[in-house]
Amino acid sequence: MAAIYSLYIINKSGGLIFYKDYGSAGRMDTNDSLRLASLWHSMHAISQQLSPVSGCSGIELLQADTFDLHCFQSLTGTKFFVVCEPGTLHMESLLKHIYELYTDYVLKNPFYEMEMPIRCELFDINLAQAVQKDRVALLGR
Amino acid sequence: MQFFGGSEISPSPPAPAASGNNAHMLYIFNRNGVCLLYREWNRPLKTLSSQQDHKLMFGLLFSLKSLTAKMDPTSVEKGNLGVPQLPGQGCSFHSFRTNTYKLSFMETPSGIKIILVTHPRTSDLRDSLKYIYNLYVEYVVKNPLYSPGTPIRYELFNKAVDQYVRGLG
Repeated sequence: MAAIYSLYIINKSGGLIFYKDYGSAGRMDTNDSLRLASLWHSMHAISQQLSPVSGCSGIELLQADTFDLHCFQSLTGTKFFVVCEPGTLHMESLLKHIYELYTDYVLKNPFYEMEMPIRCELFDINLAQAVQKDRVALLGR
Repeated sequence: MQFFGGSEISPSPPAPAASGNNAHMLYIFNRNGVCLLYREWNRPLKTLSSQQDHKLMFGLLFSLKSLTAKMDPTSVEKGNLGVPQLPGQGCSFHSFRTNTYKLSFMETPSGIKIILVTHPRTSDLRDSLKYIYNLYVEYVVKNPLYSPGTPIRYELFNKAVDQYVRGLG
């Protein structure tokens, strides 16, 4: 059971800094994931311009025919988004938790350069645990 | 591709916001990106001219469709990103939500795109869009005076759409 298909993290200028696949069909190569990430960045920005009322902060949930995309934007402009099965619940809290892991294990890592791809072992380990826990919670429903 | 401005398409004044009505705007595009109909009920914020606004909306839908077609995690053969797809081909989307609005989208096999922008906490509007498409077929397509691909200017159709949208929860 793959409730979560993939996770993307993009920096404030739309560059992909982290991508993890949890079992979607068909391999996506690096170039494609980079393109999708920057495309999402621009769609997010355009959606703010089209808002009928002021104070719009971009797309939070995109419902496609075969998946849902939940997006969380931090105050600094870093965007986290997960692709999951349609109707999956509690994705906002998972994204906030991933953001917490990012601040703890990536931003506090003295060897991490801002806006650059994330290569932190501790982040990987804790992220895997968080996603695993989320899946267990799903199965236990 | 040709784009028309849309301000003159809706001659009747926008309905007052206070009537339990939570719909903001409605767009109908044909497959070439021509805005056939633009209705506006409640839109306090306007940053662009209507023509620019229609172009931006069509561009957003076009790009989001190619994004979802490429991202589709259930199909193996997805093609390349950005290659134009026929209506009904590839994974599409039916709505997205931001903190200030919800956009519901439907595309018919002939490439007519119907877009309804409502309050973010509106429920699933797929059936409502189908109903609006039915209205379009009844009042516009079956009208012998209508030539396809031109902006819709029929009082009766506008009235029917207004009445239906106002009744939406």
